[in-house]
Amino acid sequence: MGYGKLLKIDPLVVEWNYTTEYRHSYAEDSPFFMELGRGRLLGSRCKSCGFKYGTYRKYCMYCGSETEDMDLPLQGKVHSFTTCYYSGETFRGDVPYTLVLVEFPGIDSLFMSRLFMNHGEKPKIGMDVVAQFKKFQTFTVNDVYFVPA
Amino acid sequence: MIAGGMTHFKKINFNDDFRLNVKHSLDYALKDSGMKIGDIEGSVSAYFSDHLQGQLIAGAMSNDFIGLAGKPSKRIEGGGATGGLAFQTAYEEIASGTMDTCLAYGFENMSHVGTWRGNDIIALGSDASFDYPLGGFYTAYYALMATRHMYEFGTTEKQMAMVSVKNHGNAMYNPYAQAPMDITVDDVLKSPVVSSPIKMLDICLMSDGAACAILASEEVAKSYSGKPVLIKSIGSSSDTMRLADRPFGTVPLLPNENPEMYRNLKYPGVHSFRAGRLAAKMAYRKAGISNPQKEIDFAELYDAYTSAEIQAYEDMGFCQYGQGGKFIEDGRSMLDGDIPVNMEGGLQASGHAIGATGIMQAVYAFWQLQGTVHKHLGSNRLQVKNPHMGIIHSHAGTGAYEAVTVMEAV
Ligand SMILES: [Zn+2]
Repeated sequence: MGYGKLLKIDPLVVEWNYTTEYRHSYAEDSPFFMELGRGRLLGSRCKSCGFKYGTYRKYCMYCGSETEDMDLPLQGKVHSFTTCYYSGETFRGDVPYTLVLVEFPGIDSLFMSRLFMNHGEKPKIGMDVVAQFKKFQTFTVNDVYFVPA
Repeated sequence: MIAGGMTHFKKINFNDDFRLNVKHSLDYALKDSGMKIGDIEGSVSAYFSDHLQGQLIAGAMSNDFIGLAGKPSKRIEGGGATGGLAFQTAYEEIASGTMDTCLAYGFENMSHVGTWRGNDIIALGSDASFDYPLGGFYTAYYALMATRHMYEFGTTEKQMAMVSVKNHGNAMYNPYAQAPMDITVDDVLKSPVVSSPIKMLDICLMSDGAACAILASEEVAKSYSGKPVLIKSIGSSSDTMRLADRPFGTVPLLPNENPEMYRNLKYPGVHSFRAGRLAAKMAYRKAGISNPQKEIDFAELYDAYTSAEIQAYEDMGFCQYGQGGKFIEDGRSMLDGDIPVNMEGGLQASGHAIGATGIMQAVYAFWQLQGTVHKHLGSNRLQVKNPHMGIIHSHAGTGAYEAVTVMEAV
């Protein structure tokens, strides 16, 4: 919060800038983000019921047991997709971009990611895609993305 | 429920702050019911985002503004279901015997940030580690669901567009609506693609506005002159925040369904809203509804996107899973259909001031069941003929919380 810049009168409207440093901890999910830098895409396997998660989580949502890290296959199929021509302000410079939900063989749930394609290529459900990793880590989920296999 | 009111939802309303919006909606409801503010024993406030409000504990500020300081009150937040859940909480205050009268009010000011920033803020309602950094965009998540719904069931963009035409067209007769429009399917299909397959005219509005509902025990309700409407039952449920975590299981069946219908359907995946189905199932069970297609006369469904309205037809059991596209195509949710949906324009055209939305739905349903649409909207054009039972439905996130409430004319 800060001091207002006069925007209009009657009614009186001021505009202030509203930003903050925010310390976002990945906490128990840290291994997932760290390992992206080593070219590993981690999922989770429940030690008790065996459910295999395509998106990393430390505890099983079905039985509450602790999970163990497992390497996901790097190749999967598009389960669903969308191409965005608008976005949130933060990602305005990225449009258009394509998001996919990826299904992996033998894994019980999905993973959401960006899909990059050559100009003219179109995403399709069932399309084979393969994980790629950013060279320089941003320490976000964008450190992994997919391309057509 | 004995009274309701709302403000005209607007894109930008700098003249009235959230407190005054609440007051405007409340003054209407008080006048309509012949009540005074002193007759209200407590309140439940509903607003979604502290970021959009730029004010924490905004409920308390509304309370003192309208004259409820000194009375019990709490805030309910549940994403897009905020208003729907707050309405249910007010019901619980009465049903538990805690209060004899309770005010549920909701508001949101969505215009105080730009649309792109607003998208950012709303997308903080998705997993901040795994989902938000991919684009910060809720429309994308609904689009992923719509794409899969089209793949599973053959739903078309044209069917989605029909929902938009219906809701914008209905709003032409609703003076409270933000965006009444006389448009065609072609207009919708030709509007800019926002997140494929979802286009500009498939998407709800960002609104400034407020709505309120006054609930009372049966005994107290009888002492006021108006025509009360029974809140027959409430149902709610939840699902994983991340779409990626949704299971591939079996459909929770309604009494009029059987497992044979869905032998090969992996459920919910990302094509359907399990929480919506479970909320409906709970509300129907408590209301003694065994066949929603026959027993429900109209619905206010959460049409944040046209695809979501089609999905909701199925989740609510108005048709089988997979038949939602055909449901609109056959005109069944039109004003003159067998289950009219969003007669006043829904979120698409009436508006979506998030915290107010679920309560706005309750007010519309209340007027429909009272048979007083002419009185409140200026004409009988949107009045469903002699409705006996209606439902209101809203969701948070991509169905992370959902609320379904059954209301009945008495
Ligand atoms: Zn487990």
